[in-house]
Amino acid sequence: MSGPSTYEPKSAFTRWLDRRLPIVRLTHDSFVAYPTPRNLNYWWTFGAMLSLCLVVQIVTGIVLAMHYVPHINYAFASVQRIERDVPFGWLIQNMHAVGASMFFLAVYVHMFRGLYYGSYKAPRELLWILGCVIYLLMVATGFLGYTLPWGQMSFWGATVITNLLGALPLIGESIKNWLMGGFSVDQPTINRFFSLHYLLPFVIAGVVALHVWALHEAGQNNPAGVEVKSKADTVPFTPHATMKDLFATTLFVIMFAIFVFYMPDALGHADNFIPANPLQTPPEIVPEWYLLPFYAILRAFDFNIGPIDSKLAGVLAMFASIGVLFLLPWLDTSRVRSMRYRPIARQFFVIFFFVCLALGWCGGKNPGLILFKVADFSATLTWVEGGQVTEQAIQAEGAAQWDDASSAAVAAAREGGATMTAVTRTGASTGTLRTVSGGETRNAQVSADTADLLEEEITHVKEEAGQAMPFFSIERRSPARFTVTNFSLLLTIYYFLFFIVILPVLGLRERPNRVPDTIAKPVLNEAQGAS
Amino acid sequence: MAEAAANNAHGDGDTTRRDFIYIAGASVAVVGVGATVWPFIDQMNPAADTRALSTTEVDLGAVPEGQQIKVIWQGKPVFVRHRTAAEIAAAQRDDFANLKDPQSDAERLVQEDGQAGQPAWLILQASCTHLGCVPTFVEGSSFGGWFCPCHGSDYDTSGRIRRGPAPKNLLVAPYLFTGPTAIRIG
Repeated sequence: MSGPSTYEPKSAFTRWLDRRLPIVRLTHDSFVAYPTPRNLNYWWTFGAMLSLCLVVQIVTGIVLAMHYVPHINYAFASVQRIERDVPFGWLIQNMHAVGASMFFLAVYVHMFRGLYYGSYKAPRELLWILGCVIYLLMVATGFLGYTLPWGQMSFWGATVITNLLGALPLIGESIKNWLMGGFSVDQPTINRFFSLHYLLPFVIAGVVALHVWALHEAGQNNPAGVEVKSKADTVPFTPHATMKDLFATTLFVIMFAIFVFYMPDALGHADNFIPANPLQTPPEIVPEWYLLPFYAILRAFDFNIGPIDSKLAGVLAMFASIGVLFLLPWLDTSRVRSMRYRPIARQFFVIFFFVCLALGWCGGKNPGLILFKVADFSATLTWVEGGQVTEQAIQAEGAAQWDDASSAAVAAAREGGATMTAVTRTGASTGTLRTVSGGETRNAQVSADTADLLEEEITHVKEEAGQAMPFFSIERRSPARFTVTNFSLLLTIYYFLFFIVILPVLGLRERPNRVPDTIAKPVLNEAQGAS
Repeated sequence: MAEAAANNAHGDGDTTRRDFIYIAGASVAVVGVGATVWPFIDQMNPAADTRALSTTEVDLGAVPEGQQIKVIWQGKPVFVRHRTAAEIAAAQRDDFANLKDPQSDAERLVQEDGQAGQPAWLILQASCTHLGCVPTFVEGSSFGGWFCPCHGSDYDTSGRIRRGPAPKNLLVAPYLFTGPTAIRIG
């Protein structure tokens, strides 16, 4: 892309250096003379912000490691000490914690940019895949880092995630214990998580170098998605891209600073300010905001799919949701890169964007929360006041005959004038039948918003009627309802449909918009360099 | 002479003695790499001192009827519940109820050595089989037993899953009566 080097060393020293280690030449070719498309918009400035984020995380992280103690009894206190006692510790710790959120915010914009403008298509498949690798490493690093302050969310988040691996058949348990270094999240776990949390950012830095290398080999994509054809379509990286990146990054840093100085804990969870307690689960366990969509996918399944139980299905779906990104370059069959010229794909993309936001919302909500229901939960209680209670034993010939024997006994009792019957099974083939005959039949209706509240109402009615009543016959009615789990499943289905069905099919069927003349023909006059 | 020997060494067919050397060399290299890498992988497994803490002794005398204690076994909490007659009756009555993970109460009391346990003492791993949260014993809950606050799994007085996302019953901790009022877990 960059073509032959245009660097010319000026001084004797740089000439000497250039013969031995052409590092100035490399920098010049990569960040000064490097040609960038003229038509890049501000969505192309997030790469610069991400580089800044990585540097900020590494620098603040190295400093924090000088004060942090990776020990179950001291970790929490050592973070508090950094916040309160270490000179400027409050600033550095807040920068690191807020920095993680900012890093993910920027990476999501960067990824949606790539998705919208088709930056993953040939010849940039590897560029995209390296980006996915960086994202995966970021998720791992973020998760490991969130464990280190050893608050309640740290501990239970780590427990839930390591238990996920336990869902894998056969090897799950061994992998889980191998990862935790014991039989639960404990001292060996925090120790190794600290070590890995320190290591991974440098691995990320290495993959970022490959990412930038691949970028500079293929050249940047641009909003039109049409490859630059000549030098006239590009401008040198410095000063054009440098200044633009600097301006956008400044705005980003202002937002970063507002969080650091005015609401450093706004993006975290209050429960993480309670020291970890293995004996007490917090009322709800949620990851940090940037992992909520994946958490929603994890919890979207409340039913078994054939031999795959609901838990494993959630785990597989969660990993697949990231895995599918790796295949994207080959799933999207369209020959047009930018969705600017794909009117139908653009609509599906907008839906996809909101689906991701909605998944994030679901991830933060209680999965049982009812969003819509057609009616209240209701129940009818029937009981008999002042009746004659009798009790008799039922004896079936074997476990297989139990159903026949019990229904025969009930039928016989009904025949004999019993108004209510109840069967209690006490063994494989034995049970008791209690019947009430005579008396006055009463009933009551109750209704409530949730199944739990309904049970409370039922208990209430029972207490009023008097627990002395021999028994109640209760008919419960659950309305058709739509919970957060159902919603998550719906969104998860769209997430996968978008990649596995919509993009492959649409690419073959969709009729893209015409490329404007201004792209195909030079509109600038000769004097300005169009050739 | 040397040339002839070389030709001979390479042989005439598709397989040559050189191929054998390549395969043998590669095999040795694979074994060597494996043997070098293995210690670095295995070091992450539970260490000897962690494994040594794998049993816990519990004095049952301190647990009144209708109460439970949480003891730590292998770093994980374990419920030692002293069940009331009503809880035992409820657990046995539901042996034939519609269970997600069918198991009788008696099967859940069996000791490590296969001997029957005592119905009053239920020893369970306090970790929800859904995602590992610690369930809470809730008096008067729908099934009279434990409730997991994370994702709403309901367990009965035998620790069997009755409602909610958890796939399995609460695991029974391996235990053994070492005296009339003492058990060893693990």
